Amino acid sequence: MNGVHDMGGMQDMGRVECEQNEPVFYTPFEGRVFALNQAAGAWRKWSVDAWRHKIEALPPADYLRMSYYERWFAAVSELLVDSGLVTRAEIESGQPAPDSVKQVPALSADRVQLMRRSGALSKRDDKIAPRFLPGHHVRTRNINPVGHTRLPRYVRDKQGTVERDHGVYVFPDTSAHSLGEKPQHVYSVRFAARELWGEQASPRDAVYIDLWDDYLEPA
Amino acid sequence: MSSHDHDHQAVPSDLTLRVKALESLLTEKGLVDPAALDALIDKYQHRVGPRNGARVVARAWIDPTYKQRLLTDGTTAMAELGYGGAQGEHMVVVENTPEIHNLIVCTLCSCYPWSVLGLPPVWYKSAPYRSRAVIDPRGVLREFGLELADETEIRVWDSTAELRYLVLPERPSGSEKLDETALAALVSRDAMIGVAKVTMPSRGVGA
Repeated sequence: MNGVHDMGGMQDMGRVECEQNEPVFYTPFEGRVFALNQAAGAWRKWSVDAWRHKIEALPPADYLRMSYYERWFAAVSELLVDSGLVTRAEIESGQPAPDSVKQVPALSADRVQLMRRSGALSKRDDKIAPRFLPGHHVRTRNINPVGHTRLPRYVRDKQGTVERDHGVYVFPDTSAHSLGEKPQHVYSVRFAARELWGEQASPRDAVYIDLWDDYLEPA
Repeated sequence: MSSHDHDHQAVPSDLTLRVKALESLLTEKGLVDPAALDALIDKYQHRVGPRNGARVVARAWIDPTYKQRLLTDGTTAMAELGYGGAQGEHMVVVENTPEIHNLIVCTLCSCYPWSVLGLPPVWYKSAPYRSRAVIDPRGVLREFGLELADETEIRVWDSTAELRYLVLPERPSGSEKLDETALAALVSRDAMIGVAKVTMPSRGVGA
């Protein structure tokens, strides 16, 4: 989706404001929202791709206005309803429905230190032949999917060189919409800064982007 | 107020109430355990942070074979020191040299190597950084007080997939006599993102 979240290359967002010694969480709200997302995610009712897409799908003006953890709060609330773990009526009333059966939490306190998101790992062991090898010249496809994608706008229809094959991973464009994992190779692809930005960029600089097979064509 | 203030501090009071209501509902339904939420918050406030990454960097500086393993397979080499787990499952380490400077960003969201750096700072998640790191890395670095020579090659790593990146900064000159612990103390979070270099403390300041 060509959303406002796809920010690479925008120029009117202002200076980077860096604060010294900032706390991990500014307010108890931030910590609770962070932890709620992790603990609710432990039910594995949604993929990381679906979670990211929920944030991207916020209306653009809201996305820019909301704080980081406000977006997380909006995403987890929606996903809890979508997945059927809670109903919209329960969220509005704050009370479990009378027929609600009490569960056993998927994540207990004693398991937090050991937490490995093994079920959520996106790497797959499928024996799939890579379409490209390090050194191959590739061109990114010019696609504008209305759903989730991890191919940023600024790197569409650009030529680059495969630097490294990272192995086989779940494809976010389908995974986010429960259309299957479609596992495929992910490569680190090097793009000259001038290929992306033209003559104003330094002739020496480069951007490395991790891209799935389906985003690439031979150049 | 500067433009980034809205990125954190001002939480409308109704939001605070709404998150409390959601937590209470999920607890009632047995979907989350409040003690697990406390433990998660404690983990990222006190246990998982940039000191982890600094240990990895210091080890790489003193042990060339470890450094080689780290650059070849970051995930396995970090596991040797006990670091892994959420947002550190697939790690790639990129090395700064006198000729090459690396910078990490996530333009699409805020992907960050939690296992070795903890949770990202506000500026890393902010629109100004996410938008400009790829198109104007030299300008962004200047805002951090880092001016790089025209001859230096800047490599920006946009974390679009599930790989997470850590910069291995250059070991500062004058640090030859320091042990691993003292070296780790020099390594800042910002240096491991690539918006700073590691420097020796200036003489005469403190002990």
